[in-house]
Amino acid sequence: MKHTLEYRDGRIARQLAARIAAETAGDGAGYRFMEFCGGHTHAISRYGLEDLLPPSVRLIHGPGCPVCVLPVARIDTAIRLVERSGITLCTYGDLMRVPGSRGVSLLRAKAGGADVRMIYSALDAIATARAEPQRQVVLFAIGFETTTPPTALAVRLAAELGLKNFTVFCNHVLTPAAIQNILESPDLREFGRVRLDGFIGPAHVSTVIGSEPYTFFAEEFAKPVVIAGFEPLDVLQAVLMLIRQVNDGRHEVENQYGRAVRLEGNEGAKRDVAQVFELRKTFEWRGLGQVPYSALRLKERYGEFDAERRFALSDAPAREVPGCQCGAVLRGVKTPLDCRLFGTACTPETPMGSCMVSPEGACSAYWTYKRFRASPPRETAA
Amino acid sequence: MSRRVFPALDLRAGRVDLSHGAGGRAMAQLIGQLFHPAFDNEWLRRGNDQAAFDVDGGRMVMTTDGYVISPLFFPGGDIGSLAVHGTINDIAMAGASPRYLSASFILEEGFPLAELERIVRSMGEAARAAGTVVVTGDTKVVERGKADGVFICTTGIGVVPQGIEISVERVRPGDQIILSGSLGDHGVAVMSRRHDLQFETDIVSDSAPLHELVRDIVAAGGPAVHAMRDPTRGGLAATLNEIAQQAGAGMRIREAAIPVKPAVAAACELLGLDPLCVANEGKLVAFVARAAAAGVLGAMRAHPLGQDAAIIGEVVADAQRFVQMTTDFGGERMVDWLAGEQLPRIC
Repeated sequence: MKHTLEYRDGRIARQLAARIAAETAGDGAGYRFMEFCGGHTHAISRYGLEDLLPPSVRLIHGPGCPVCVLPVARIDTAIRLVERSGITLCTYGDLMRVPGSRGVSLLRAKAGGADVRMIYSALDAIATARAEPQRQVVLFAIGFETTTPPTALAVRLAAELGLKNFTVFCNHVLTPAAIQNILESPDLREFGRVRLDGFIGPAHVSTVIGSEPYTFFAEEFAKPVVIAGFEPLDVLQAVLMLIRQVNDGRHEVENQYGRAVRLEGNEGAKRDVAQVFELRKTFEWRGLGQVPYSALRLKERYGEFDAERRFALSDAPAREVPGCQCGAVLRGVKTPLDCRLFGTACTPETPMGSCMVSPEGACSAYWTYKRFRASPPRETAA
Repeated sequence: MSRRVFPALDLRAGRVDLSHGAGGRAMAQLIGQLFHPAFDNEWLRRGNDQAAFDVDGGRMVMTTDGYVISPLFFPGGDIGSLAVHGTINDIAMAGASPRYLSASFILEEGFPLAELERIVRSMGEAARAAGTVVVTGDTKVVERGKADGVFICTTGIGVVPQGIEISVERVRPGDQIILSGSLGDHGVAVMSRRHDLQFETDIVSDSAPLHELVRDIVAAGGPAVHAMRDPTRGGLAATLNEIAQQAGAGMRIREAAIPVKPAVAAACELLGLDPLCVANEGKLVAFVARAAAAGVLGAMRAHPLGQDAAIIGEVVADAQRFVQMTTDFGGERMVDWLAGEQLPRIC
């Protein structure tokens, strides 16, 4: 805990803030940086980091929230699956509240009698499968590169144990593909609706994949990337490093999170993942649409543990809630305050879109920590 | 009735069965041999289905609460002591002194009598220690699988002395917000013993009766004590938001002033929880007029259950009724209600 508190020291924060103010003094155009990860969005909101930045520095929330980018069609598919008899779906907590296209969430399906169980780790699903051999146990696997290795281990363990009643509904996605998609999007390239001067790169994801995968964007798109930890001082320091790169006309990959991230990442975890998973040709992201080579599925060799194969699943066309701006928020084109549903129809208790469900979602972070900044007042003061 | 008719319960290896709730001999045996010795008092001894008692001058305060906590035993307490403390505290928050309790037990078939006895004894001890008595009760048994061991409902009656009016509508801008001690001990202690979460910690629940601390607060602050509440489920965040809504005002608090034990902070970090949203069972938050705040704080710190008390912020005029916090880091943020359920069955 001591080592965590060191990265939350308000005194050092004020020193960093003063330096940021000094080094941004001359620039009329301002600085616009995207923090890719929901973990950063959460830290920025929770610690009130924007109060420490000058108005010329703007942080734009990116799509790095696994629950947020999961398309409605996948939720629908999971609900249809768990409504079959004999199926037990093991899922992480946040996912249970995301509304599907009929407004039905896994939580609602559970209340209606479906066997949905909340788990804390992929291995909990293995334990369930072993304890209840009469049920087909499906792990609803989601997440970026950080959560993929535990799923890989669960699949390998299931193979070793010869489990016949365990499968994975795989929704693991890849960070670099999403960043590239944002940089290539018409919003950025053609319409100029979004200007990005650099990225705060992922913390935990980078501990697995390393800092090397980002060098392509930094060079190809001439955007600086600074990989940063999730503590508030990490974020402030990364902002200062990005400002310096912009001021110097540099576009490099820098690693603020050196205490955990190495150039090559975690070779062991990467090997585990490569053994079990392969790239999908394309995968739908909420907000970004179809993104080529941006997600994983189980290799043929582990095909018997693939829920999509075992249960012949296919995604049906799904409908977003009318008016929901999650897609635009995830691309950084809109802020939650630009959405008419925000704070009226859509709150954490009654989420209309995924960005209001996960604590890492931009809408949830705005609502929970920042809505006093909204003007005019949106909450009824009856 | 003689021992010959009612042989001794097997409190070592026996289990609750459906006959213990059926109204026949087995139930009388359970009440006579397990509940009565634990709660023993003149009202129970009379054996009526109700208790009649005198109350002295003042207004009566009544509250009721159900306890479904899992696990039943946790570091620093159990469902029995919690069922006494929780109800006493709800009475005490009105400035009342708690007098009489009722206890209603819903037992699951198969529950070990030894554990039931442990719970009931702990409950009796907690009631006596707080100067209250359990004067009436009820027992029901449901089939295996229809409950989870033991659920307890307690109702409490207390008396507020004349002239004391402690209620949320008296909260107004300028009131100082005083917290009696560190946050999150109960929630973290309970979580550390959950089957699916178990982790090592020295933290024990803060479960305790607060009526004596309340007595000292009222003695020190008198009419300047506007409202009090114990931040149980949903933690301090829920309590402040509730009061902000009910009082029609906003709150400004300072994170640096809020006591949280390092071990609680560490556990919350690990589990991704906010200590402001974690349950407490032995803390209160008082809203006191500014002029009397220092005196009340001194009185709280002089009591063992308030030795870490601190002024954590104040009530402000705000039509939007927002609870805002200056973070340790120097920024501003909202303190919101918890969305959904952080952890079910915490009390």
